[in-house]
Amino acid sequence: MALLEIENLVVEFETASGPFRAVNGVSMKVHEGEVLAIVGESGSGKSVSMLAAMGLLPWTAKVTADKLTFNGRDLLGMPANERRKIIGKDIAMIFQEPVASLNPCFTVGFQIEEVLRVHMGLDKAARRKRAIELFQAVGIPDPAERLNSYPHQMSGGQCQRVMIAIAIACNPKLLIADEPTTALDVTIQKQILDLLMKLQADHGMGLIMITHNMGVVAETADRVVVQYKGRKMEEADVLTLFANPKSNYTRALLAALPDNATGDRLPTISELFVDDQVEGAAR
Amino acid sequence: MSVILEARNIVRDYHVPGSFLKKAKTVHAVKGVSFQVEKGKTLAIVGESGCGKSTLGRILTLIDPATSGELLIEGKTVDIAKGDLTPEMRRKVQIVFQNPYGSLNPRQKIGDILTEPLVINTKTPADERRDRAMTLLKKVGLEEKHYNRYPHMFSGGQRQRIAIARALMLNPKLLVLDEPVSALDLSVQAQVLNLLADLQDEFQLTYVFISHDLSVVRYIADEVMVMYFGEAVEYGSRDEVFADPKHSYTKTLFAATPRADVESIRARLARKKAA
Amino acid sequence: MSQAAATSAVSTDPSRRARLAEFWYYFSENRGAVIGLVFFIFLVLLAIFAPLIAPHDPTQQYRDAVLVPPVWQEGGRADFLLGTDAVGRDMLSRLVYGTQFSLFVGVIVTALSLVVGVVFGVIAGYFRGWVDTAIMRVMDIILAFPSLLLALVLVAILGPGLVNAMIAISLVYQPHFVRLARAAVMSEKTRDYVVAAKVAGAGHTRLMFKTILPNCMAPLIVQATLSFSSAILDAAALGFLGMGAQPPTPEWGTMLAEAREFIQSKWWVVTLPGVAILITVLAINLMGDGLRDALDPKLKRS
Repeated sequence: MALLEIENLVVEFETASGPFRAVNGVSMKVHEGEVLAIVGESGSGKSVSMLAAMGLLPWTAKVTADKLTFNGRDLLGMPANERRKIIGKDIAMIFQEPVASLNPCFTVGFQIEEVLRVHMGLDKAARRKRAIELFQAVGIPDPAERLNSYPHQMSGGQCQRVMIAIAIACNPKLLIADEPTTALDVTIQKQILDLLMKLQADHGMGLIMITHNMGVVAETADRVVVQYKGRKMEEADVLTLFANPKSNYTRALLAALPDNATGDRLPTISELFVDDQVEGAAR
Repeated sequence: MSVILEARNIVRDYHVPGSFLKKAKTVHAVKGVSFQVEKGKTLAIVGESGCGKSTLGRILTLIDPATSGELLIEGKTVDIAKGDLTPEMRRKVQIVFQNPYGSLNPRQKIGDILTEPLVINTKTPADERRDRAMTLLKKVGLEEKHYNRYPHMFSGGQRQRIAIARALMLNPKLLVLDEPVSALDLSVQAQVLNLLADLQDEFQLTYVFISHDLSVVRYIADEVMVMYFGEAVEYGSRDEVFADPKHSYTKTLFAATPRADVESIRARLARKKAA
Repeated sequence: MSQAAATSAVSTDPSRRARLAEFWYYFSENRGAVIGLVFFIFLVLLAIFAPLIAPHDPTQQYRDAVLVPPVWQEGGRADFLLGTDAVGRDMLSRLVYGTQFSLFVGVIVTALSLVVGVVFGVIAGYFRGWVDTAIMRVMDIILAFPSLLLALVLVAILGPGLVNAMIAISLVYQPHFVRLARAAVMSEKTRDYVVAAKVAGAGHTRLMFKTILPNCMAPLIVQATLSFSSAILDAAALGFLGMGAQPPTPEWGTMLAEAREFIQSKWWVVTLPGVAILITVLAINLMGDGLRDALDPKLKRS
């Protein structure tokens, strides 16, 4: 059975210039122990669809779906307090800006222990012990010492490690990483990606990797969903996607990578891909 | 070939004033960097955040003064700390910033943004200014009808084109490009890189291209300088640097860059299966 | 999508219209603000057409009609809809003419403190260093006094009168504008477009007032509306204390002061100017809230 199952998800925002459809009929499944990458450029609705699944969108958003289940349980019809019990425990999320995702007023130790207290109900000593274990697991040196640090005393890469530690604190079944390395330098990106892959393999979690970077996709994913303007353009396993892309959009996206440049000029997406049908539908 | 830009042992220190709990200290952002760029060529400065590449870019653009060292533009020394920055010198170097959303004044129309450098620096009459702005607007792939619009009506890629057009208004010799495509989507990135290449050919422009993205650098650069904690740890032609990196940091950087080719994916999947 | 819609529009100046439409969308969501705006427009019309609307001359004393109650009360007379005061002047006419003074005070005080405050604030925020320290310490000193007390002292020095009261009040309000302008300039100053203008060769004056200032206006406009109402209030308070407009000027605060002795016996002489001040200030404050919703990007919902 699929861990997260989404069928025909539609998200609309109420704006000054009328309703805006950010996600337009997206369907996907994530299985246990699988790494799914959602790729797309800005405005493709890749983050919004995951936030909608988590119920984290502001009230101006209207979310509808034929099916939105986690572990067989319907997320949309569920009362808010039950949904909160699942989110943060069984589904965890990490974000692009690690420094901004941590509360600057509290030590990182307090923040991780709070998660353990709320979701796991551990006592004080057990929480401390588990927090140190988690910091070790994500590769933070001097874990006992670092628990007393404030977010601003740590680097971006360290903060992202703390975020990951908080995310895996309750042994989630599914981890959603929204551009987890975009704000980081390449050498740090490599470390964080390696860490995520190791944790994913060790715990057998499902991992959803939201990214715009084809390199990150190639280095992490098992299966890939390509999104464009709120629609799913293609879904394939990672090798097929790179070796033999079916959709014109994916082909154009790969051709625009400077790595793959053959001549003097880079082929651009508009040369290779005309989005008439998508444009018409989105209007 | 004539050398457009030469830097000799550029140093930039920041003085961080102390308070009653902290002692005052000096941060060395750039520690003695030297290089030359020839006319019509592109020098890429690569490095991660905090390595001093943007500080160096601001020094080259004559925004901030260097603490010590010499900067020569077309063979003439410039030192803005001494206040010998003439308008002619100013016109020779222009800059394009990383974030296209912050680099255009939101309260100015595109036309005013483009003509402002001419208004300030020259006595060009209004209709000539307008003509020149229109020409460049078309040259960067926009249309005349965009002249009277405001920046917020454009996408990131279009704004970056406008920023490039503005930089070219004064006919500069040297363009400092500070991560010009980092904030852009992949498809737009390709368009802007193509545009930069076309403009370089047409106007014989010299580029200093500051970036953290090795794949972009490999595509656009003639020469590459790798910076690490304020020092230039590697400096050479593109093929030299990419084929045979000398410094260990350069090697780390190459190893960390994700690869998006089929062989690497196949190898990774095989490793995963084996594990 | 709004982007595509905006770019395809072919009107001459689509942006200004779009911005106005967006402004109105956020402003009109706040019902109180719309009510405030409507009432404010009503006040402006009242002030402009006061000579046509007012049934009597505001300083004309009707000796046969002293302290006549409003028309709906026993003893009221149809000539004096809202009654008359202790020397037989028509209350309605005085209130109508009073809007002229109140709006005049609001406009002048706000404009004066806005312009001077913005100039000092922009200079302080742009140059920093000792200029900043000097300007801000002076502002701190002004802020250290209770505002009404300081205004009183200033009027005592300059001599009582509406003009002097306005000068005093605008001086008291100035630090708020200086601080706001300085903070806005400091955050805008490091933005890339400012550096770009600098690279284009722009000088200090151009950078300060042409490049940076237009981008700092939103919080200043909001503060201006809010101090508009406080200015009216403070002018009324000074008038009440005998330091503002002098009798027989039909200024609301002065009217209140003249009516002090009738506070228990003749309610309309005291209550009506008070109510006029209250609803005017309330309306402008509501409008200011709406402006803040519409102009402050931090409060905007996507």
